[in-house]
Amino acid sequence: MSTHTLSVLVENSPGVLARVSSLFMRRGFNIESLAVGPTEIPEISRMTIVVNVDKLPLEQVTKQLNKLVQVLKIVELEPTAAVERELMLIKVKTDQQTRGQVLETVQLFRAKVVDVAQDSVTIEATGDAGKLAAMLNVLEPFGIREIAQSGRVAIGRGSRSITDRTLRAVPGAQSVV
Amino acid sequence: MDREMTEPPAEIITGAQSLVRALERVGVDTIFGIPGGAILPAYDPLFDSSIRHVLVRHEQGAGHAAEGYAMETGKVGVCMATSGPGATNLVTAIADAYLDSVPIVAITGQVASGVIGSDAFQEADIRGITMPITKHSFLVTDPADIPGAIAEAFHIASTGRPGPVLVDISKDALQGPTSFRWPHELALPGYRPTSRPHNKQIREAAKLIAEARKPVLYVGGGVIKANAAAELKVLAELTQIPVVTTLMARGAFPDSHELHLGMPGMHGTVAAVGALQRSDLLITLGARFDDRVTGNLESFAPNAKVVHADIDPAEISKNRTADVPIVGDAREVIADLVRALQKQAEEDGLVGEYSAWRAFVLGLKSKFAPSYDKPAEGLAPQTVIERISALSGPEATYVAGVGQHQMWSAHYVDFERPRQWLNSGGAGTMGYAVPAAMGAKAGAPDRVVWAIDGDGCFQMTNQELATCALEGIPVKIAVINNSSLGMVRQWQTLFYEGRYSNTDLNTGPESIGARRIPDFVKLAEAYGCVGLRCESEDDLDDVIAKALSINDVPVVIDFVVERDAMVWPMVAAGTSNDDIKIARDLAPDWEEDDL
Repeated sequence: MSTHTLSVLVENSPGVLARVSSLFMRRGFNIESLAVGPTEIPEISRMTIVVNVDKLPLEQVTKQLNKLVQVLKIVELEPTAAVERELMLIKVKTDQQTRGQVLETVQLFRAKVVDVAQDSVTIEATGDAGKLAAMLNVLEPFGIREIAQSGRVAIGRGSRSITDRTLRAVPGAQSVV
Repeated sequence: MDREMTEPPAEIITGAQSLVRALERVGVDTIFGIPGGAILPAYDPLFDSSIRHVLVRHEQGAGHAAEGYAMETGKVGVCMATSGPGATNLVTAIADAYLDSVPIVAITGQVASGVIGSDAFQEADIRGITMPITKHSFLVTDPADIPGAIAEAFHIASTGRPGPVLVDISKDALQGPTSFRWPHELALPGYRPTSRPHNKQIREAAKLIAEARKPVLYVGGGVIKANAAAELKVLAELTQIPVVTTLMARGAFPDSHELHLGMPGMHGTVAAVGALQRSDLLITLGARFDDRVTGNLESFAPNAKVVHADIDPAEISKNRTADVPIVGDAREVIADLVRALQKQAEEDGLVGEYSAWRAFVLGLKSKFAPSYDKPAEGLAPQTVIERISALSGPEATYVAGVGQHQMWSAHYVDFERPRQWLNSGGAGTMGYAVPAAMGAKAGAPDRVVWAIDGDGCFQMTNQELATCALEGIPVKIAVINNSSLGMVRQWQTLFYEGRYSNTDLNTGPESIGARRIPDFVKLAEAYGCVGLRCESEDDLDDVIAKALSINDVPVVIDFVVERDAMVWPMVAAGTSNDDIKIARDLAPDWEEDDL
């Protein structure tokens, strides 16, 4: 089993997310992370789906996804040729003694504090999965009270855009026979 | 110039009127359905429409009838139901159409958009329920969107790999005011099925075909959907490669043709199963390596390379890795293959040489033709089916339910033309036969349409006899009555030491200790049909002839058959096709040296 990051461009219309998740469930594909958001084109949304499958089942995943009428394009992003980020909000227990150490960790990981209370700080951190795991590891001894984590988003490196050609496809449509 | 400025102001109509106009516009001539609260507005304009509405007795019947209509005519079948239970009753038929790639459009009423999600009376999220079993679906809550949804639904259902599409329309959208506007273009940027095969792949396939020594044309239902039977015949005769036709493809190649080895799979012929197992090249056309064909996948056709042509790219290399994948419409693929093979023969002198192989598989065919022993007493079900076929001919349409009678029909009906055979292959839906036969007959009133059904299947949907009688749809129903769930009983005989748990249906005569509940002859009469019974081979032909002579009302024949007959050959579930048995504990003698 290996992890693959898929960028899936879909029509921005109701029911698309349900179709995609229903497909994964029915075909027995495992979603590790899913993030949905708008793109620079209002009619198109982008899903970043992280799946954990072997090469052959991955081909099935993309072929089945491609059959969904509202799926416009699927691109697998290679980790070496893409930037991948997750966002995490972490509420850490602090007191007079530990606050300094926690803030030092925040600096080390180039994260930031977004909320402070008497006995806790809330940290905002972004990064790839490895960095966030390392940071959590360091914060763990202070006492982690709560975590909220986003799905992974990813984009290919370089000037090429995966939405370029798709943009042209949307207003142009097929004629009725 | 802006169209709206040049056209006269559009007439204001209701969403329901717009729906009926859209259905007329796409060429619908028949709808199978039942009205109810949410869909009620649509039934008012339908009353005045040129479209024939067939009022069924259960929505499942409407769904299967739409399938039968579609398979018979090649057009999109249409069924209609109300919200909630009306819509959920369509689910089995929609699933059936999904697994067998049948183009149908299901139109359902939905509760008013303002109360969707509130658990309103007769509310069910039918779009959510059917999401995994539809090719696509729509929820329409604005009357202006109705024509577009209908245009797109019919386009999606009938193109690419055909399949069921659901259009769920809220009651307020049906009642609201709108003007009819037919879309000039379809807004489906994400839907672009490939029908033209890639030239390079065709050349690769042609090369493999010429190099092969033991090729087989493995033909599936896609060849029938693509209307490619004529092209297939040309390909087979040009190359002299033997042909097998799957359960969904019976009729795609004439049974009478010398090169035809019959049906492969769990209950396939020894020749078809044996040829696939020993083949060095499977030329797969519109088939999908279903588990009922392959048996244990690892040991299926172990030495064969695979050319796999399918309109659905997701089928290619799903179960068996293809050496040459070809995405395209079966008709275009086969026509292109023929041209490539001819060109290759002319230019490079490459022609396949398969005569030893052909002699071997044709030897299997003559040695192991499907056969059965007649019982000492009683009527053999296989004989009944053979005689119905012989007396009705290949111009009749044969529709089967699911089980033993289906497998016997697949073997003992003489299939000579595509669309001669309708059945529930992928889903295995008991109860398919009667309503599907009704749909086929409604679509082709001049054909003789036989439903060959089992006593179990028949009791699941025979309420549609009322529809057939009242609507003037004179189908002929042959109930192969062995007083039990025969296929399950066969497995209990073979794998559960004859412990017949819950398979006795008691529809047989007193002589076997059954109670004849219900009496199918009386049942037929109660439904306004002619009921006949046949218990002996002596009057078999007379009874069939009588049924064939009655063409104004439906006929039901209770064929009281011997109950211990089994379907052979058989490959036990999960085992290798090499372990095929031609009768209980009897494996064919392959005589490998012949090859």
